[in-house]
Amino acid sequence: MIPLSNTAIVGIGQTEFSKRSGRSELQLAAEASIAAIRDAGLKPSDIDGLVTFTQDTNDELELISSLGIEQVRWTARTPYGGAGSCATIQVAAAAVASGAAKAVLIYRAFNERSGFRFGQPGSANAYAGGVDTPRSMHFSYGLDTPAKIFSLWYQPYMHHFGVTNEDLGRYVVVARQHAATNPAAWFFNRPITLNDHQQSRWVVEPMLRLLDCCQESDGGVAIIVTTLDRARDLPQRPARIAAASQANLGNSSNLFNYYRPHLEVFAEARASGDDLWRQSGLQPNDIDVAMIYENFSPVVFMSLEAHGFCKPGEAKDFIKSGAIGLAGQLPVNTNGGLLGEGYIHGMNNITEAVRQIRGTAANQIADAENVLVSVGRSGFILQK
Amino acid sequence: MGILDETFFWEGVDQGKLLVQKCRDCGTLRHPPLPMCAQCQSLHWDAMQLSGKGKIYSWVISKHPSQPDAAARTVVLVDLEEGVRIVSNLEQSTGIEIGMPVEVVFREIDGVRFPQFRPREPNSALEITQ
Repeated sequence: MIPLSNTAIVGIGQTEFSKRSGRSELQLAAEASIAAIRDAGLKPSDIDGLVTFTQDTNDELELISSLGIEQVRWTARTPYGGAGSCATIQVAAAAVASGAAKAVLIYRAFNERSGFRFGQPGSANAYAGGVDTPRSMHFSYGLDTPAKIFSLWYQPYMHHFGVTNEDLGRYVVVARQHAATNPAAWFFNRPITLNDHQQSRWVVEPMLRLLDCCQESDGGVAIIVTTLDRARDLPQRPARIAAASQANLGNSSNLFNYYRPHLEVFAEARASGDDLWRQSGLQPNDIDVAMIYENFSPVVFMSLEAHGFCKPGEAKDFIKSGAIGLAGQLPVNTNGGLLGEGYIHGMNNITEAVRQIRGTAANQIADAENVLVSVGRSGFILQK
Repeated sequence: MGILDETFFWEGVDQGKLLVQKCRDCGTLRHPPLPMCAQCQSLHWDAMQLSGKGKIYSWVISKHPSQPDAAARTVVLVDLEEGVRIVSNLEQSTGIEIGMPVEVVFREIDGVRFPQFRPREPNSALEITQ
């Protein structure tokens, strides 16, 4: 048994991020996985643990049969969807720290644009495992897409602090700027202006326009976690997992997180962030790059405040000041994020964090030593 | 939340009542329905009728909803005066403000009865439309 902080990410792999992969989700998973295994300098037979999302359609046995893995001794799946994306790292790290597995392969692959689209009306019900019933506490009232479901959660924040859709647009412009110089991004070479954002159609008035919404993408991402000791014998510079936690809070809900008294505070991000600061001994101003999950733009604002990068209500001014750009005090979503690069359920923000630690990112931040990856309900810190 | 746990809620709606669970042991109200009291872990509860009066905490306009009808709808979070919050619809699509006083009405939508809300004068007597 070793401390969780003596584990590291040693391999990353990904497919292209497209709108129509033309391949099965299993093939995307296999392609990303073998790329990650080779990147780590390992062979399929070295992998003895597997982690993915409960929502991933790729069966463990079909994947290991594709990859030629002989025996997997440990498996786990993380709950919810994107909110569990960072939990995959904690779960994998815990497995190698405990000795349950020696090298864990994390994978997530889907055709989320050409296949099952989360954003279509009614999809959220199926996605949440909902029962087809004429009356439900949430879906029956017209909350039938993630944009509507989450907007009901964003409105109290935006109202309380006077955040406008134009304020949101200033984040989107930065994300698209980062994507524009990242060749792996779907929106490579396609930056936008604030005016472009303000001209895009309303999806949920008065919160979200089209350009506030993450992409729908086809693709796969895979990540290898092992112990720091073993990492030192492998070819890549280890990205040490300095801290990892989850914040599954009582009185909350995966999609319909409406029932806590004060929704202007992102309680999950505050709780998981506090764990990360405590575990790592770091403070917000020690973080060199922050990768923040944004299915929709307001989450970035709420997360920046909850993690203590700025005071409550000040994210709009923080972003307006240029703080989250590549030359700012806290570069955010340097790959373009889920709006700009692609939407692989948050996992492409993790591979970007690893590249920042290795020094190989398309938009490399010089001397990045501490990188936070957060989705609120789970998060971790990578350290050089 | 399981379908069985919320059966009482919809039975109440069919009778024109807005019901929430009240813990029989410690009196704590809870919504949406859950099988156990988070305060005292009791499994015993009674259905308590609410006044139906509250204030809007959040709202969105849902365009092109897939069910149960196709017209744009105003989705609201209502803070009810007894201290629970509920998702519903508001029978108004313009001039909506956070903090606006509302009251429950019961309406049939495509043959199924739902609680809905309408604006109220701050101190008006509650009318339940059966």
